[in-house]
Amino acid sequence: MTDVVDLGLKAKDFKTDQEVRWCPGCGDYAILAAVQGFMPELNIARENIVFISGIGCSSRFPYYMNTYGMHSIHGRAPAIATGLSTSRPDLSVWVVTGDGDALSIGGNHLIHALRRNVNLKILLFNNRIYGLTKGQYSPTSEVGKITKSTPMGSLDNPFNPVSVALGAEATFVGRTLDSDRKHLQSVLREAANHEGTALVEIYQNCNIFNDGAFDILKQADTRDDWMIRMEHGQPLRFGGDGSKAVVRGANGALTIEDGVAEDDPRVVIHDAHADDPSYAFALSRLSSLDSRYSPMGVFRSVKRPTYDAMMAEQLEQAAAKAPGDDAALDALLHGADTWTIQ
Amino acid sequence: MSKTVEQLDRVVIRIAGDSGDGMQLTGDRFTAETALFGNDLSTLPNFPAEIRAPQGTLAGVSSFQLHFADHDILTPGDRPDVLVAMNPAALKANIGDLPKGATLIVDTHDFTERALARIGWASNPLEDGTFEGFVVHAVELTKLTLDALADTALSRKDAGRSKNMFALGLLSWMYSRPTENTLNFVRQKFASKPEIAEANILAFKAGWNYGETTEAFAVQYEVKPAPQVTGTYRNISGNLALAYGLIAAARRSGLPMFLGAYPITPASDILHELSKHKRFGIRTFQAEDEIAGIGATLGAAFGGALGVTTSSGPGIALKGEAIGLAVSLELPMIICDIQRGGPSTGLPTKTEQSDLLQAMYGRNGEAPVPIVAPQSPGDCFDAAIEAARIALTYRTPVFLLSDGYLANGSEPWLVPSVAELPDLTVEYATEPNGPNGDFLPYLRDPETLARPWAVPGTPGLEHRVGGIEKADKTGNISYDPDNHDFMVRTRQAKVDGIARSLPPLAVDDPDGDARVLVLGWGSTYGPIGAACRQIRASGASIAQVHLRNINPFPNDLGDILARYEKVVIPEMNLGQLALLIRAKYLVDAISVTQVRGLPFKADELAEMLQGVIEHD
Ligand SMILES: Cc1ncc(C[n+]2csc(CCOP(=O)(O)OP(=O)(O)O)c2C)c(N)n1
Ligand code: SF4
Ligand SMILES: [Mg+2]
Repeated sequence: MTDVVDLGLKAKDFKTDQEVRWCPGCGDYAILAAVQGFMPELNIARENIVFISGIGCSSRFPYYMNTYGMHSIHGRAPAIATGLSTSRPDLSVWVVTGDGDALSIGGNHLIHALRRNVNLKILLFNNRIYGLTKGQYSPTSEVGKITKSTPMGSLDNPFNPVSVALGAEATFVGRTLDSDRKHLQSVLREAANHEGTALVEIYQNCNIFNDGAFDILKQADTRDDWMIRMEHGQPLRFGGDGSKAVVRGANGALTIEDGVAEDDPRVVIHDAHADDPSYAFALSRLSSLDSRYSPMGVFRSVKRPTYDAMMAEQLEQAAAKAPGDDAALDALLHGADTWTIQ
Repeated sequence: MSKTVEQLDRVVIRIAGDSGDGMQLTGDRFTAETALFGNDLSTLPNFPAEIRAPQGTLAGVSSFQLHFADHDILTPGDRPDVLVAMNPAALKANIGDLPKGATLIVDTHDFTERALARIGWASNPLEDGTFEGFVVHAVELTKLTLDALADTALSRKDAGRSKNMFALGLLSWMYSRPTENTLNFVRQKFASKPEIAEANILAFKAGWNYGETTEAFAVQYEVKPAPQVTGTYRNISGNLALAYGLIAAARRSGLPMFLGAYPITPASDILHELSKHKRFGIRTFQAEDEIAGIGATLGAAFGGALGVTTSSGPGIALKGEAIGLAVSLELPMIICDIQRGGPSTGLPTKTEQSDLLQAMYGRNGEAPVPIVAPQSPGDCFDAAIEAARIALTYRTPVFLLSDGYLANGSEPWLVPSVAELPDLTVEYATEPNGPNGDFLPYLRDPETLARPWAVPGTPGLEHRVGGIEKADKTGNISYDPDNHDFMVRTRQAKVDGIARSLPPLAVDDPDGDARVLVLGWGSTYGPIGAACRQIRASGASIAQVHLRNINPFPNDLGDILARYEKVVIPEMNLGQLALLIRAKYLVDAISVTQVRGLPFKADELAEMLQGVIEHD
């Protein structure tokens, strides 16, 4: 592209006149502000951006974005966005969804969007709880979660959204945190630049029903010990002094070790572009149920043709062979065997 | 040998065999020959849901019925004049439908003790007088086919597969059908396997020659072409006509089409067909389920496409919530329900009209959706265009309610010219419409109550829509009681208002003195029409009205109903239209119902209607 015109958009251009109605202190506010602050960077006119959501607290998001938007039905946003993105490849289509929306009722649509590699940016607000329906456990809640619907503790093993996405062979999977605006925006940037489905899991605090779920990744005295920041091409070292690291054991498995020497060759150098998803999957399995050892950043970013582009190409090919004009349609309606009455 | 040629005005033939015997293909070819010859015709394919049901069993029988005539006809016929049975099970499963005096052509090859016992026949009915009163042609069809192919390199098993072509050849001779196109068809179909093509052609010719030479077949029949309106005709099935209607609607609206669908009998053929026509700007998306199918369609409609989703009853049930969203978003969309027997999986390959109330009411909340129903296979084309007209004009999802009988049945169709089809051009919103230069996505057209269709990519019209109740005009979230009451009534009024755009109903009351009116919808048009003809032929009077639009009903329907002493409503369900008519017009309609997975028989309907007239 030549002569890119700077549209000069500002964060405020993406705000609507609608009153934002999340609970005071909800992590969704920080995410909204981060997204609105990031959007001008895309330099895409507001009319060419669409936000589509499902149902949940998080899914109110489109009402607050001054772009085109649709607040749809529970779990179906990836499907709706698939239809929009494939029929309108000129648009920048974003999906906002929650852990229940994306992984419970809408799990099927999520994995299928990912495997197809539709050109969508999916922001999964994971607060590990059902917020809107007032605090039942969700498919990402830890086992034994005590909630209104599970007074003796939840029984089911949770999903790790990143693992699920990688299992579906997503071409882009990232993870970030509501409160770390800079990191959040850096992951959004990479997601936006990715052609195909980008899934970004955003750890989000629901201060009403699951407060402090990600505190160990936020508080100054714990975060360095439990958060593994991933940068492509950089060693996966963490801990305040960088003495902890992700290392590749003799059997090829990834493990975490403390007190790793600076020149230890077993330290994994992060490769987000590895074609084989099993490396990223192994990274996603490092974290424990309570979010200890959470790799943050981009797990995987690989190139694969997008569904949208391939579909458009088939249409072009077909039209190039024989244009679909009135004459063609008349011929189609007639078919091979006609008879005429005079 | 010279044969007698006998003139007939109409014939009903049924070809039956195992579901792997190629009965549908044979029927299709005979239909194509008949269409090309210029007879009027109507067909009824009938096949099991299993792809390869157990061989030689009653459950595995597949059949194809064709009615053709030298005059215009409305149904595939009640009772076959001729049955071709390829095995004992096919004979047993179908014999009950034949009138005495009918002709049986039976392949004797499988009439072994074991095969007969399997279907509960202790002795060979072809030999024990069971079929006295029928004209029985016991033919060694398989053996004759094998003999004809003896010089080919095919194994016996493969050669035996051509027996359906032998039968087709024999029938083609019996009814003096043109054969050139069938031979071409076979050559094309098996272009990559010339030895199979050759075998089929040999078998076909052997069948023809068998008819011509054997003494058993003394009479050849002729059914003269039917006089038809001038123009160019072709034979067309309902699903094909429906798919073509959708393509034409896209073309005439100037919109790209998006189809989101999940395979299901008997709707899948529409997905298959539309997938072939990408050059017309048609995107077909085989979704992960029906919800995704309609979801993607809704997304595409938001983006400015002519959105279409196709399914059958079980899939429509899954789509319910998304249809409600489409009602709330007020976006155009066509929902095709090719009805089949229900409930649940029901009878996947059989016909029924039992989704009317699902289409009408199968959603949470007050969620009115217009309903359009085709009345014959060819009419599926026009009905699709009508559905598109309503969807685009009123910005609403529309149900197109076809059924298995229309979908797979076929009839001659006067091919329209694309340029003469209705103009469906729509304008997207391009300018702000509010008093302050703002955009009001729910500001309505005063005549149609349609809201503007502002598609992403249009500067200045950025807006958000959603399933939460919207404030009038602005579309912002609103929980205000009065606003909700207003919006619910407005959405209903919009759909009700479609009635103003409908033409007056055609009342078929040729004698003008009928006191009984038969009211129908959808695929019962043929049987009801045929029954009315029978009644009139017997000297009585009866009136017929057939509904194309069921929601809303046309404005003149109430007055018409009031003009008749009795209103009879035949339906392939337990009285769903009758329920709607009674509720809306307080008419004591007589509901006549049947749910056998098959269309009404005209004779039976006529008898029943005659009874209503006489007990007047
Ligand atoms: C079909 C349907 N079932 C159930 C609901 C109720 N419901 C609304 S939101 C929600 C869960 C939301 O949880 P999540 O996706 O995690 O979003 P959050 O509120 O936590 O952001 C449920 C069960 C609904 N709206 N629709
Ligand atoms: S319930 Fe939780 S997620 Fe929902 S708005 Fe309140 S704090 Fe946020
Ligand atoms: Mg949640």
